[in-house]
Amino acid sequence: MNIDVLFRIAGIGILISVLCIVLKQAQKQEQAEMLTLAGVVIVLIMVVQLMNQLFTTVRSVFNL
Amino acid sequence: MEIAQVIGLALVTTIFLLILRQDKPVMAILLSLVFSIIIFTSMMGKLASIIDVIKELTRRAGLNYFFLATILKIMGVAYLGEFAAVICQDAGEQAVAKKVEFAAKIIIAVLTLPIMVAILESLMDLMPG
Repeated sequence: MNIDVLFRIAGIGILISVLCIVLKQAQKQEQAEMLTLAGVVIVLIMVVQLMNQLFTTVRSVFNL
Repeated sequence: MEIAQVIGLALVTTIFLLILRQDKPVMAILLSLVFSIIIFTSMMGKLASIIDVIKELTRRAGLNYFFLATILKIMGVAYLGEFAAVICQDAGEQAVAKKVEFAAKIIIAVLTLPIMVAILESLMDLMPG
């Protein structure tokens, strides 16, 4: 099981939420929104790679 | 003791989800999606060995392999559809989840059509005249 990707994503999420709070305190709302968007895109790329892996496995197991 | 690994991972993920759900719900959904993918992928190896045993039994019983292949395809479609539908439901998108379930049902119905035709044909062979 490759569980390190799970901890990586949880870490990215917590880091981004903390950075967002800091940016909001500094009255930089737009940059906080941009940061959220960038984090979501980065995690989404990782998720898409994992999904590809999952679909390949399922296709080979069930002969889909 | 593989169940211990799964339980530990699930509890840690739940804690992370509780932290993330307040500030960043999108990240929480992505995290639960990744957790589902990890569990699914790690169980696929065991599922493959179960399917190998069933294939061996089918070969020994001399059954038609086409029926088993159809059943396996239906299992795959059902697992994947349920996987996606639960993620959508978790994000609060009931409509998307229902549509995924609907598509899975239609695809399964299409996959079962050849078996239905085969049953009807064998019934026609049995009936005299």
